[in-house]
Order: sequence, then structure tokens, then C-alpha cells
Amino acid sequence: MAKIGTIHNRDSFLNKISKSLNRPRLTGPIPRPEWKYQPQHEVFKGASPDELLDIMKVHCQKIHTNLYETDLKGLPDVLNEVVEGYGGGPVVISKDERFSEWGLDSLLKKEWPSRDMAVFEWDYTLGDENVRRAEQANVGITISEITLAESATVVLFSDKDHGRTINFLPATSIMLIPKSTLVPRFTQAAVKMREIHQQTGRVASCINFITGPSNSADIELNLVVGVHGPIKASYIVIHDL
Amino acid sequence: MAMKISTEKFNDRVEQGIHDSFMRGAVAGAQDGMGVKRRVVTTDELSNWEDWRNHAEEIRQHVLANLDYYLEQLSENIAQRGGHVFFAQTKEEANEYIRGVVQRKKAKKIVKSKSMVTEEISLNAMLEEEGCEVVETDLGEYILQLDDHDPPSHIVVPALHKNKEQIRDVFAQKIGYTKTSTPEELAYHARVTLREKFLEADLGITGCNFAVAETGSFCLVTNEGNADLVTALPKTQITVMGMERLVPTFEEMEVLVSMLTRSAVGQKLTSYITVLTGPREELDVDGPEEFHLVIVDNGRSDILGTEFQSILQCIRCGACINVCPVYRHIGGHSYGSIYPGPVGAVLSPLLGGYDDFKELPYASTLCGACTEVCPVKIPLHQLLHKHRQVIVEKEGKAPFSEKMLMKAFGLGAASPALYNMGSKMAPVAMNPFTVGDKISKGPGPLKAWTEIREFPAPNKERFRDWFKNREKGGE
Repeated sequence: MAKIGTIHNRDSFLNKISKSLNRPRLTGPIPRPEWKYQPQHEVFKGASPDELLDIMKVHCQKIHTNLYETDLKGLPDVLNEVVEGYGGGPVVISKDERFSEWGLDSLLKKEWPSRDMAVFEWDYTLGDENVRRAEQANVGITISEITLAESATVVLFSDKDHGRTINFLPATSIMLIPKSTLVPRFTQAAVKMREIHQQTGRVASCINFITGPSNSADIELNLVVGVHGPIKASYIVIHDL
Repeated sequence: MAMKISTEKFNDRVEQGIHDSFMRGAVAGAQDGMGVKRRVVTTDELSNWEDWRNHAEEIRQHVLANLDYYLEQLSENIAQRGGHVFFAQTKEEANEYIRGVVQRKKAKKIVKSKSMVTEEISLNAMLEEEGCEVVETDLGEYILQLDDHDPPSHIVVPALHKNKEQIRDVFAQKIGYTKTSTPEELAYHARVTLREKFLEADLGITGCNFAVAETGSFCLVTNEGNADLVTALPKTQITVMGMERLVPTFEEMEVLVSMLTRSAVGQKLTSYITVLTGPREELDVDGPEEFHLVIVDNGRSDILGTEFQSILQCIRCGACINVCPVYRHIGGHSYGSIYPGPVGAVLSPLLGGYDDFKELPYASTLCGACTEVCPVKIPLHQLLHKHRQVIVEKEGKAPFSEKMLMKAFGLGAASPALYNMGSKMAPVAMNPFTVGDKISKGPGPLKAWTEIREFPAPNKERFRDWFKNREKGGE
């Protein structure tokens, strides 16, 4: 359990606000408002997983991201092809049993190392060494927990086994997307995040919504793909998951 | 950099702006391009866009009406997660607290992601006084910082006024860049240079797009990924937020982030939306070990409860800037504030005072394009009009020419004899300046008008004479 933090100058600060609002300080819980408008729930309402995937595919073209589709059987070959397309290793992956469950052990632990492609699995016991390895990696591979069809966005929750920097330090990024994680948009992810918080009392210290590779239009509004984060990104959608 | 970015007079700044042809071309191109992108993802794509705006407005209004409650809830939840919260009434208080953290951590190398509120409180100046190396890591901000702290000219695209050759020259002079002016090469050089800075930094500083009261979280919205490295690599993190930038839960955060990215840059979502809660967890490897949130008032509570309260609904998307015809012609620096355009013309006098920013509410045609496009429905042009009322009626700071004109009219209209004489004299007095039925080089108060367009000459026959004549059967 983390230590409790400190709070400074709160009362005088909040009293000034209530004075400006010309009413006493609000202290008790206030009921959640009943909003008059809720347009966000209408977007792609009732769309099937296949329809959501089609929506996502179209948007991937706008965010400079290749989308591959496969089933579990074909996953090792597709992953190998994408990594080779990016110039091979070193590769860094989160520590996640699903890589093994999805039949990737042979590729990650035998085939690539035998071809001199180093694979580093995140290991919190090694501390900062993880960050050093991620910085040297050519490819980072992670798994999307929730996938937003409308904006072609993957959602990742950090913890001791899922380092934040796997998604930012390597030159390229590959996200594995179980098709069942597809939802219409950000709305459903936000509802889910609230549910997790309400059920467990916790929320991951970092939740990343990632939509394609990093980019900037700060120089004469010309789009440059690849600034501080990955220069290239690919999604692999797995149909039978 | 403080909120005020220039000591020159408003008219001189405007004069420079309208003669900067690259800047004017860049701004016009940006407005047109971003306008198209915004329309595609707002009104074109979402047939119920007005419902989205209504929902965003009701969320922002609800938060402002209950601000003390949500700030208390936010601070409790951050402390529960082991974060530290400092409520700063003034910019001095905010800087002193941050100075204390910097000294205690013996921080010397600092990386920052883009934050308007840290500009507002002049944070970088204080950090540099402390002997720290402060590096702005947003590409646009980095360019400006390297160029001897050139001020931003747009809240979303801060280096909009610079062309790529100027940027190449700055890189060559300051960081030994030897390649071409292509944006890809420039950006790659920045990537390599800044990667080192991220890895060696001992303190990261960010702004805050929206804090979430229910969980003690906050989110950052970027495209470059710099904010993610600022918050993942240094061991200590300080986040600075304007006190109004929060929402009740993740569900409202989602709506406002969507409104922000669509309105600001015409994207459904930017590349990175990062939701952070407290310091790293016990066994985590990356993320800060220590987290501080500094909540800044700096004049905002004086806006609450006034006729200007709705400006605090602002989510800093810059859509109003991208449609403003005045901004299009004079550019961001003319406003003399880190907040330009319509939002800046409303906000700067409120946060920085009328003494420095009294001209800004007049830098508007009151056409209402800003109000129409605002995703949180701030009645911007009406607020600009209100400012003018306050400037004239309460502050007595109306522009000199307007004061003289009103005084002369007041005198003339107070006496029937003077009015009669004045209206008879008008065509005679204007005769030397009249060609045909137009005045093209007017004197005194007319000068500014006739510099850019003609003014109709007073009719030789007054209305009341014409009317009298007509009653007698004349034409």
C-alpha cells in the first residue's frame, strides 16, 4: 500500500472559490448529475464485431498504421513477417502469459534468438535495466486490453509486468489485438475504467490510449511521422480471440 | 515566459504582424487546412454535433458550479495514492512550492511537456534561476526555446510563425545541425537530441488537460509521445494544472478529450491520450517515484461568479483562433499574450489586467465565428463585447480617439444650435478631403478608416432640409 500523500493550502483556496460562487463550501457528496445530452452512446450503437473491425481498418489508413488480420494458427508467421519488415530485433515484450497461450513461445524463445534476434521480456526484478533494454530495442510488442474501433486506438494498462516505456522507447511498435476487445469508441473504455475502479478501488498508474505511431505537425504544419515515440506502428488483429 | 510576451504597443505589434508576409501566409494556410479537418470530424461526421457541444457545455458548467467539491475530491484521491497536492493561490506560491521540490530532490536536469499554465506562471524563469537546465520537449516549444525563447503564436501550434528555413538556421546555430530544412530531418534530429535529455532527466514537468476527481487521475493529450517519456523516465514528476481543468469521472473526461482533439487538430483522437494516477505502483519499474500536483488559481477565482465565468469552460483547443478573421491578419504575437485569438482577448485582460491588455477586446469584428465553433459553447464574442462595456463604463479606458469622438458628439448633440451648425458645416469642413462623393484621405479620427477604405462624404443636403423641402412639394 502506497504512503498517503500531503495536501497543502486547501481550505483557504477552496473557501475563496465558494465565496466567489456566493455560497457556502460544498462538503458532502453531490449526486452524479443527470445529463440532458448523451450523444456519445449513439456512435456505432449495435455494430457487430465485424462491422467494428471494418470501421477500424478504414481509420488505420489515416493514422499511418498497417493492420494485419490472422487467426491464432497464423499468428507466429504474421508476427515474424511484421518484425522482419521492421528490420528484426532487438525485441522487447511485456511479461504476459498470453504470449505463451497464443502459441508464440517457439518464435519468441527459440526461433528469433537462434537467428540472433534478441528478445527481452520485461522483468521488474531487474529494475532500470528494463528501460535500458527498451531504449535499445528496435521493436516493442504489447497486447491491447480494449480496442476503440472509431479511432483505431489500443488501450494498455501499466503494472509491474507491463512497463510504460515498451510502447515509447523502441523505434517501432506492434500491438496484438484480440478481436473480442473491439468496442465502438472511447465511451465504452471509459465506462469499463470506471467499473474497474469501482470494483477494485484501484486504477492502473498509467493507462495509455495509443493511436498509431508518434507524429508532429509543428514545422509548417507538415505531418512528420515518428517524433519521440515509435516511428512506425502495426496492429495484428487475432480473429479467434 | 510570463503571460505578457511583449512590451511594445499594441498598434506597433499589429503593424509588424500585418507586414510579416510569411506569417500571414502560414496562418491563413493553417486556418484553412485545420478548418477543413475540423469540419470533417465534427459537423460532417457527427450529425448530432450540437448535442455533443451541449453535453460538453453542461459538463463544464456543472464542474464550475461545484468546483470546490470536485477539487477537494481530487486532492483526497491523489493523496490516497501517495501523491502530494499543493493549492497555489498565486503564481509566486506555485513557483515557491516547485522550487522547494527541486531543491529537496537536488534536481538539475528537467524535461517538460507543453503546458500553457506553466508559461502563465513563468515557471521556466524560476527553474533557470535555480541553475536547472529546463528542456521543452514538444517539438514546437523546443524550437521556440532554442530560438532564445521566442514567444508562442498559437496555443496548439506554437511555432506556426516560423518557416522551416528559419528552424534549420536555429538548429544549426544552437545545436550544431548540419542537414537540410526538410521537416523529417529536422524532427529526427530533435528526436535524437531530446532522447538523451529524457534519459538523463531527474525531474519531469507536465501540464494537465483534464484531472478526474473520482479517481485522482489526470490525462495528457499529445501526438509526439513526449509527455509519455516526461512522465515515465524521471524519478520525480510535477504536474501543474489550472484549477478549473477537471471533470467528475472518466466518463466526462472521455467526452471532453474527444471534443478537444476534434476541435483542436481535427483528429478523432490524438496519437497518445495518457491517463496517469499518482506515482508508480510499488513494483513498477518506470513512472515517477514521487508525484506532485500543483493546482493554480492565479486570478481564476476572481472570474468565478462574474459575467465572465463561462470563459473558465475553455478546454484550450484553439478552434476559436483557427476561425478568427482578425487573428488571420495580425497573427499571434500581436496579442502580446501567451493566449492569443478570441480566447486570449477574453482571458488575458481577466488574468493579466486591463492595463496591459485593454486593446485586445477591440481586436475582434464581433462576427461570432469563434462562438459558433467553440466546442464548449463559450459566448466568446459576447464576452468581448462585455469587456468593451467594462473598459468604457467602469475602467474609463476607452481608446483615445473613441473618447474624443464621443465627447465631441456629446457636446454637439447637447445643444440644438450647435447640432444645427455642426450638421450644416460638415460638408463644408470635409470639402478639401472629398473627391466625388467619397473621402479617401480623411483627417483626425477618420484617418485610420480611410487608410484602408473610402468613407462616404456627408450629403450636401441635410435630411431635415430635404424633408422640409419635400413637404413643400420639392423633390
